[in-house]
Amino acid sequence: MIQLDRVSLEYDTPSGKVLAVDNASFSAADAEFVCLVGPSGCGKTTLLNMIAGFFAPSAGEIRVGGQPVNGQGQDRGIVFQDFAQLFPWRTALGNVAFGLEMKGVGKAERERIALEQLRLVKLEKFAGSYPHHLSGGMQQRVAIARALAYNPGVLLMDEPFAALDALTRDEMQRLLAEVWRKTRKTVVYVTHNVAEAVYLADRVIVMTPHPGRIKAEVRVHPHLRAIRSA
Amino acid sequence: MKALLSVVIALVVYEVIARAGWFATALVPTLPMVARTLWAMLADGSMAGHAINTLYRVFAGLALAASVGLVLGFLMARYRPVESFFLPLVSALMPIPSLAWAPVFILWFGLGNVATILIVFYAASFPMVINTWTGARAVNPLWLRAAGSMGARGGAMFWKVVVPGASPFIITGLRLAFQRAWIAVVGAEMLAASAFGLGWVIFDAKEFLNADVMLASLAVIGAIGFVFERLVFGSLERTTVLRWGMVRAAKA
Repeated sequence: MIQLDRVSLEYDTPSGKVLAVDNASFSAADAEFVCLVGPSGCGKTTLLNMIAGFFAPSAGEIRVGGQPVNGQGQDRGIVFQDFAQLFPWRTALGNVAFGLEMKGVGKAERERIALEQLRLVKLEKFAGSYPHHLSGGMQQRVAIARALAYNPGVLLMDEPFAALDALTRDEMQRLLAEVWRKTRKTVVYVTHNVAEAVYLADRVIVMTPHPGRIKAEVRVHPHLRAIRSA
Repeated sequence: MKALLSVVIALVVYEVIARAGWFATALVPTLPMVARTLWAMLADGSMAGHAINTLYRVFAGLALAASVGLVLGFLMARYRPVESFFLPLVSALMPIPSLAWAPVFILWFGLGNVATILIVFYAASFPMVINTWTGARAVNPLWLRAAGSMGARGGAMFWKVVVPGASPFIITGLRLAFQRAWIAVVGAEMLAASAFGLGWVIFDAKEFLNADVMLASLAVIGAIGFVFERLVFGSLERTTVLRWGMVRAAKA
């Protein structure tokens, strides 16, 4: 459960104050898949980063699971667009096990769970590979497994497939829909691709730029969702 | 193989000049003469003794430089006041050649290991500090954000993300530090050491017109430097940053 209550973010630049997000309110229910859609500069990534706790809003409040967000936390997993998000010095398995290691889970147990997560994204054969030996799509799948491995309630995704070719992107969207059906996380997914949003989401939130505002909320027709989960 | 060819050609050119009769053989000895001297010094163990003394000074100085450089570099990257205090000092001290300190260190610490090791330390610490500081600042912010979301804080963030993330810079820093230490030790031994070390041997041989001893020692200095550069630092790179794809392999 995620709640944003009149969230704004203002920051100083040499040419004056910029309002990146203006008075944004929305919520995502447990196990709901919400997409934030809008053109560049509409503040969708900024909004996601505030939910992740990378920085605090200048006004308003964000709650995750009823608790006000105060910095980063293990109740939220995050996947970025950039393939370079994986730790190059760790194997796929080592990357996925990182969050469990931070939680203090023993080596054998965390490797078992990490392997299970890699199986979920169909990469168990590549557990021992270093990221630079994996394709972009495979690296993003490792990143998804890594964000899920320590079992956060919320998955935050910032255009994770935007840098992939069209065919791989389609395949990844199908895989993500499948992963979501199996794990039932609350997902906030940022994209500028409307088709992708409609394919993945229960609800699409449309934003407009300068300043970043929520323009509309569209519930995806249940009929479409039925096709997707078929 | 190409590397070997260039060495062989250089040696042949030297040998032709040495045998041309333009210079006295005492000043420009032929390669077989140098080789005989080298062999004799290796056989009686004197060359090994000098080399061990020199290596001891290099690694003592390098270990000090690496410890101080790593700690200071990471602290400078992490804490702004540390950075603003030490950066001007580093900028002011770095351009001073380490050998310019030799007379000062000799006055303070006398001839011997302490002065020599300090000169090596001085030469090697700057690349360590600068590279660690730069490497820590160049760590991809995405790694820090991802690790933070997964619960990494304080010590875990430092040891499991910042240190490996900065490792390409740190390894390059170690490499540069070793090279500078190796250059500095020979000079330092000429000025500040007594009776032992490869630099001292070269300097001492001048007094007796032993050009063959000088050249034999130079060959040993070159060989040890080459071995460390290729084997030690090369394999350190192959097992870490190259394996992780954080740097590309040199074109063979």
